[in-house]
Amino acid sequence: MSNVFKKIIPRSQMVKICLVPIFMFGFGFAMVPLYDVLCDITGLNGKTGRVEASTIDESDVDVSRTIEVRFLANTATGLPWSFEPLVTKMDVHPGQLYEAIYRVRSTTDRATKGQAIPSVSPGIAAQHFNKTVCFCFNDQDLAGFETRDMPMKFIIGNGISDKVEQITLSYTFFSLDKV
Amino acid sequence: MTNATTTIDHDDHDDHGPAYGLSRWVTTTNHKDIGTLYLWFSFIMLLTGGSFAMVIRAELFQPGLQFVEPHFFNQMTTMHGLIMVFGAIMPAFVGLANWMLPLMIGAPDMALPRMNNWSFWILPFAFSMLLSSLFMEGGGPAFGWTFYAPLSTTYAPASTDFFIFGVHLMGISSVMGAINVIATILNMRAPGMTLMKMPLFVWTWLITAYLLIAVMPVLAGAVTMMLTDRHFGTSFFDAAGGGDPVMFQHIFWFFGHPEVYIMILPAFGIISAIVPTFARKPLFGYSSMVYATGSIAILSFMVWAHHMFTTGMPVAGELYFMYATILISIPTGVKVFNWVTTMWRGSMTFETPMLWALGFIVMFTIGGLSGLMLGVAPVDTQYHDTYFVVAHFHYVLVTGALYSIIAAYYYWVPKWTGHMVNETLGKIHFWWSTIAVNVLFFPQHFLGLAGMPRRIPDYALQFAEFNMISSIGGFCFGLAQVFFLFIIVKTIKGGKKATGIVWEGATGLEFEALPSPAPYHSFNTAPEVK
Repeated sequence: MSNVFKKIIPRSQMVKICLVPIFMFGFGFAMVPLYDVLCDITGLNGKTGRVEASTIDESDVDVSRTIEVRFLANTATGLPWSFEPLVTKMDVHPGQLYEAIYRVRSTTDRATKGQAIPSVSPGIAAQHFNKTVCFCFNDQDLAGFETRDMPMKFIIGNGISDKVEQITLSYTFFSLDKV
Repeated sequence: MTNATTTIDHDDHDDHGPAYGLSRWVTTTNHKDIGTLYLWFSFIMLLTGGSFAMVIRAELFQPGLQFVEPHFFNQMTTMHGLIMVFGAIMPAFVGLANWMLPLMIGAPDMALPRMNNWSFWILPFAFSMLLSSLFMEGGGPAFGWTFYAPLSTTYAPASTDFFIFGVHLMGISSVMGAINVIATILNMRAPGMTLMKMPLFVWTWLITAYLLIAVMPVLAGAVTMMLTDRHFGTSFFDAAGGGDPVMFQHIFWFFGHPEVYIMILPAFGIISAIVPTFARKPLFGYSSMVYATGSIAILSFMVWAHHMFTTGMPVAGELYFMYATILISIPTGVKVFNWVTTMWRGSMTFETPMLWALGFIVMFTIGGLSGLMLGVAPVDTQYHDTYFVVAHFHYVLVTGALYSIIAAYYYWVPKWTGHMVNETLGKIHFWWSTIAVNVLFFPQHFLGLAGMPRRIPDYALQFAEFNMISSIGGFCFGLAQVFFLFIIVKTIKGGKKATGIVWEGATGLEFEALPSPAPYHSFNTAPEVK
């Protein structure tokens, strides 16, 4: 029987059919960078931006607008740290550079390592929320019971929608220690 | 291409029957044997997944915790979904495809018979792996059949790796089965059977097969990412490493929504075969049926995020996915109206297969309409993850997909066994199931609208009555399928001899060109299609 089938199933067609699942398996993984790009463009999921301090033009401040920025700080389970902002809210003008300080303190006697992940709400504000300096750019190592004040400098772009009057910036510290 | 089949000389083993004993089933490359294996496998899985549903309904019979721990309850809801979707509905359609496609297009067998054997025999191993996880330390998967991260990564039991490899295996099986279907339909049609003369079951399966090879690999990619997140230090879905759990939902539903149509398109083909037979009229709007199926398949890739309206999408995204979703009701409506128009002024009779097909049309439409309600983004915010969703997808999957499979069984089983089904028993099975299934699922609409969340082992007191009614319907429906097993066995053993044409108004090669039961080797010489 098998000879019968060999004659009538064109090899090139089989190759093409088999390439589809192989391509789609790759496409599944390609969705990961695609998703990141899409989130960067749209501000989906509150992904914030990063800018170089040298590119900021301080004369371009829009003093006619004031936006309230609230700071939230959390630690994920498994990381024995206490983590809080020194000021919980700030009134800011778009286009001006501000600094906020966060304090983190280890509540254990061993060395621990963590990584902060930001999220901005509402999502449409995220793409205009840019940072020049942030403790979230690197992972943080704390010795036992060490306390550290960490700076974060941010600027809100002039392009931000008129509808945004309040922005919430949330940081969550995740443990990077191998369990 | 199809001309080649007529001139091929067969070897001397033309007329031999099946081998004897167990090795017949293990080594078979015959499409009828493999179809039978698939159908029995899916029936066993239906009873397995159904018994899990009985545990769920028993626990929900009254408020409070009666029979099982919440963790075990979660394993039951998860396994019920996985087994029914991947173990019962999908293999049943593949089994029907194996049995019927070669008979419908006049081919001697499937195009790749050895791969066919392999794609079936992977399945028992895949599901043994999946089911064995229930007996492992920490229990089986308990994160819902959609296995959202981080429930399925950070917080999952150790047995999740067995689940992951089980999904890999069943994905490989589905992809191979789909490749086989495509190769068969494209190359092995009888001379004269052009694409637009193919029966609709063949058309819908061709399109389903393309959906399968396009999205099952995406599912394989998703579980592979879960695996590397769990063991190899990647952070695809872990926010701590820069990943995003919401991305899991995007990847899952990019697979998951076309998957929904994989489970319903072949059903459309079955109904399009049965309704014309018992209305004794050709199918109304054949070509519009073909184009509607194609449109549904294409649209299915563009609507996945309607499962995720509550994840915090931008308004523009919600609007797009809402409009695209509602657009699908147009080709689906075309189909329903075509079936109704086929029956219009037909000489209708109501044999068992027709009853199941009519039950499908009515109740699938109910499920379709509740789907429209869920597709409206602002309304979905309230309905999301409630029993309204449970009622919706059970109406389209049980009274939709499962009803079409049962209808297909009653319609074609005389061709498989040579015996007619006892009409009285078949009708009892239909009315018993149909009353029970509505008692089971219709009250769940009200529960959902009143705010009862899905996947919970206990609930607030105001939901008690409807849950009790629903559970009673559930037990009755479960029992009806045990009765179905009795009918299946009885029909294999004996019954009125079926004629070649079987049903008075039947058309198509499988009825017009073959005796009942169909011989072990059929269409060794291709029939001519005018």
